[in-house]
Amino acid sequence: MNKIAASVAEALAGVRDGATVLVGGFGTAGVPTALIEGLIAQGARELTVVSNNAGTGETGLAALLKAGRVRRIVCSYPRQADSQVFDELYRRGRIELELVPQGNLAERLRAAGAGIGAFYTPTGYGTDLARHADGTAKETRLIAGRGHVLEYPIHGDLALIQAEAGDRWGNLVYRKAARNFGPVMATAARCTVAAVHRIVELGELDPEAIVTPGIHVARVVQVQRVATRAGGLGSAPARQPA
Amino acid sequence: MKPGPRRRSLDELARRVAQDIPDGAYVNLGIGMPTRVANHLRADAEVVLHSENGLLGMGPTPAPGDEDHDLINASKQPVTLLRGGAYFHHADSFAMMRGGHLDLCVLGAFQVSASGDLANWSTGEPGAIPAVGGAMDLAVGAKQTWVMMELLTRQGASKVVERCSYPLTGVGCVRRIYTDFATLACTPAGLRLIDAVEGLGHAELEALVGLPIGP
Repeated sequence: MNKIAASVAEALAGVRDGATVLVGGFGTAGVPTALIEGLIAQGARELTVVSNNAGTGETGLAALLKAGRVRRIVCSYPRQADSQVFDELYRRGRIELELVPQGNLAERLRAAGAGIGAFYTPTGYGTDLARHADGTAKETRLIAGRGHVLEYPIHGDLALIQAEAGDRWGNLVYRKAARNFGPVMATAARCTVAAVHRIVELGELDPEAIVTPGIHVARVVQVQRVATRAGGLGSAPARQPA
Repeated sequence: MKPGPRRRSLDELARRVAQDIPDGAYVNLGIGMPTRVANHLRADAEVVLHSENGLLGMGPTPAPGDEDHDLINASKQPVTLLRGGAYFHHADSFAMMRGGHLDLCVLGAFQVSASGDLANWSTGEPGAIPAVGGAMDLAVGAKQTWVMMELLTRQGASKVVERCSYPLTGVGCVRRIYTDFATLACTPAGLRLIDAVEGLGHAELEALVGLPIGP
């Protein structure tokens, strides 16, 4: 078994138009920039993208949006100081947005990976986000006297994640807060492609410390570490938790 | 005309909140004003700060030059990790929040109702780019939700209201409101006074808020 792909292009071969793509990352940490650039080059269109943010500046997710490849985005915090690409598309009605509380995003991905049909949560109960896009109310239920909203899993056709190191079985470890959505997205997609900064031999990763076991990973590809500035562009403090 | 009561400065307000956070508490400080509480935590208390993007034991801003782009907080600003800190993924991080494992979260707000409804994610302006982040999860998930905000808008209207006019973040979730004029408790029976700044009478405070405040 060898899941190592020789190039990003090889790792992303076969992505279809209309695919749902889960994209890891939170702010500057853990964004699989090289894979997103590879997806732009690969050419798939009419994508649904699931990601915490909707891109900042002009690179990465913002570039994918700008290239007109994304029909719909599911995310918790699209608005950033420099999310101008998304903002413009959204204002012109060129992109569909499903706004999801961040914990529902994480848990709906987890549910997809764990084979859960749907779940009830108090998050969002009594708010505008307890409605479907068409304005109809989501199913609710009182459980132990507390209002809950029924939420469905988010399955991906493809997950693009950034990890620190991986081996040919697809085992992954991450670095600091760059872990964020990677492990849960890896479980929620039919095909997970992990970009890593280091490829290591089988057995080099401590089995006690492997975060994503290889069963969740289809392909591993090595990419250069690109230093991005924490607190750089797009990171002006917002008014609410991102 | 007698001088008005002296309002708490931002740092005094942060210190007032910090004073009520007990040793050993697991706490999430929301973006904006609540972040400042970290600077005033009691020296005799070990408080573990949680960041939604997968940190427990979050430490202060690193020295210039020591920033690490993989180690950031919920505002995407560089932070550090204290000894004893831990990293975890997003589903675990939000399970901590949603599963009632955090003792406390402190959030900013646009409005809070007397019964503890919170509005802090959207002003509902048409055409505004919406963003919710982890606000709804924190508001209903932590064991206690406290709000920290200025009592009045720039126009002088109370942000503590009978009923929120802005879109809700959570229903009946706020336990306490720390403001520059007073600290209030939200109860099913309405507001109750915890403390007020020196020189601010009870009737005067009720007039500012526009609602009855129980003793």
